[in-house]
Amino acid sequence: MTIAVSRIEEKLYQNRYLVDSGRPHIKVRAHSKPSTNLLALTRVCPAQCYELNDNGQVEITADGCMECGTCRLLCEASGEIEWNYPRGGFGVLFKFG
Amino acid sequence: MITERFDAIVVGAGMSGNAAAYTMASQGMKVLQLERGEYPGSKNVQGAILYANMLEKIIPDFRDDAPLERHLVEQRLWVMDDTSHTGLHYRSEDFNEAKPNRYTIIRAQFDKWFSRKVREAGATVLCETTVTELVRDAKGKVVGVRTDRAGGEIFADVVILAEGVCGLLGTRAGLREMPKPKSVALAVKEMHFLPEEVIEQRFGLKAGEGCVIEAVGTISRNMAGLGFLYTNKESISLGIGCLVSDFAAMMESPHVVLDALKNHPSVRPLIAGSEVKEYAAHLIPEGGYKAIPQLFGDGWVVVGDAAQLNNAVHREGSNLAMTSGRIAAEAIMQVKSRKRPMTKQNLVLYKTMLEKSFVMKDLKKYKDMPALLHTSSQNFFTTYPRLMSHAAQSFVRVDGTPKLDKEKATTAAFVKARSRLGLVSDLVRLALAWR
Repeated sequence: MTIAVSRIEEKLYQNRYLVDSGRPHIKVRAHSKPSTNLLALTRVCPAQCYELNDNGQVEITADGCMECGTCRLLCEASGEIEWNYPRGGFGVLFKFG
Repeated sequence: MITERFDAIVVGAGMSGNAAAYTMASQGMKVLQLERGEYPGSKNVQGAILYANMLEKIIPDFRDDAPLERHLVEQRLWVMDDTSHTGLHYRSEDFNEAKPNRYTIIRAQFDKWFSRKVREAGATVLCETTVTELVRDAKGKVVGVRTDRAGGEIFADVVILAEGVCGLLGTRAGLREMPKPKSVALAVKEMHFLPEEVIEQRFGLKAGEGCVIEAVGTISRNMAGLGFLYTNKESISLGIGCLVSDFAAMMESPHVVLDALKNHPSVRPLIAGSEVKEYAAHLIPEGGYKAIPQLFGDGWVVVGDAAQLNNAVHREGSNLAMTSGRIAAEAIMQVKSRKRPMTKQNLVLYKTMLEKSFVMKDLKKYKDMPALLHTSSQNFFTTYPRLMSHAAQSFVRVDGTPKLDKEKATTAAFVKARSRLGLVSDLVRLALAWR
């Protein structure tokens, strides 16, 4: 059976966002080598906000974030990420939810 | 700048927050509700099934104008392997009653309606306002909140934390721990739009009737997880949730798992030709009774998902949220009517009342279930579903093999996969956890 896997961008494109430009609500702490949990975010983030850069470090682009909190549960306690809700009114705006 | 003082501040406009705010405001309390979304519901995600009984206790005539999708007449439980599903279906005409028991809803629409009721009841609802911090006095009592709006602090006698599963305030203030990745599921879902009559044809429904499918098996790829399909009026909510700890350990991508579910031969025809209009993700508390944090303290109570109140076995969350919100409000009103301060000592009443309700009784009944399902996830979510599929196929496929040989082969497959001791032990542990 062929599995048609759609790109994440196609999924996120359906959603409404009000991006708070220049004020990302999640930040990744500078690191040389990512921990197991931080590396896992490149796979388990449902919006695929986390990516490995050419130097093997994890970077985040939070524009497509659905504010689920998965990365917070995995990486906030260790200080690897800094996690906040977006400012009031910003972020994902579910039409159906 | 808000200079007035409130009887209560409710943080969050989801099910529990709306239930609490409505209950208090309709009894004349001065209530401020703060919601970070542009509109109530804009940050909320649910399957979603609404249980009428728990809403009736708050708004008895909700059916008059609440945005309800379909009332449920059929429940299907599927055990799936890669090519099959074995189903247990329950459908009853009894569910076509004057006041149906369960409905599908679309949360963003439902929450707007609920919030309108809250405002009509007299509460002040402020959206686009993120609460950044709890304000505490010298003794540590919560006396108000700080928001991201200009103007600083807002004060109240009590703060109701209805801030959701990933609530920041309570965890940052040290009122409760952050939920553990092994006691929270990450669910992703899509909204598939189809004409009303197409949905009714595909599921054999009359106008207004709805059907629910919930599925376990190889779809969760060795993770502890559940797939779901809910029929709305002109859309289908399709999704899957698995434990966060499992996602991390297996390095699985939720959207890939969801796409595989959509492409499963049992699911694909049900959503064929649909137009997808939204992709959502949300966490679900799965830790049950043992994951419930401290529920009250000096000047505060916590309700709903933030208090991890979710019955994972029965997939009931929003009704526990609504009920805990209502009970917290009633407890607060009792303390207030006795002219007592909102201290930890007095707010224990909330917990006492919650323990007398189905909320804590049900969670207590299943207190050992999360540990059982989450630690043996491969057995329950992959091994048994595969065995069951093979057994079912062997039973129905006619190929000249004597039936006795077939049965022996099926038994042997179960024993080979789990051993006799393993089978007995799984059964006993399941029975004990269910009891």
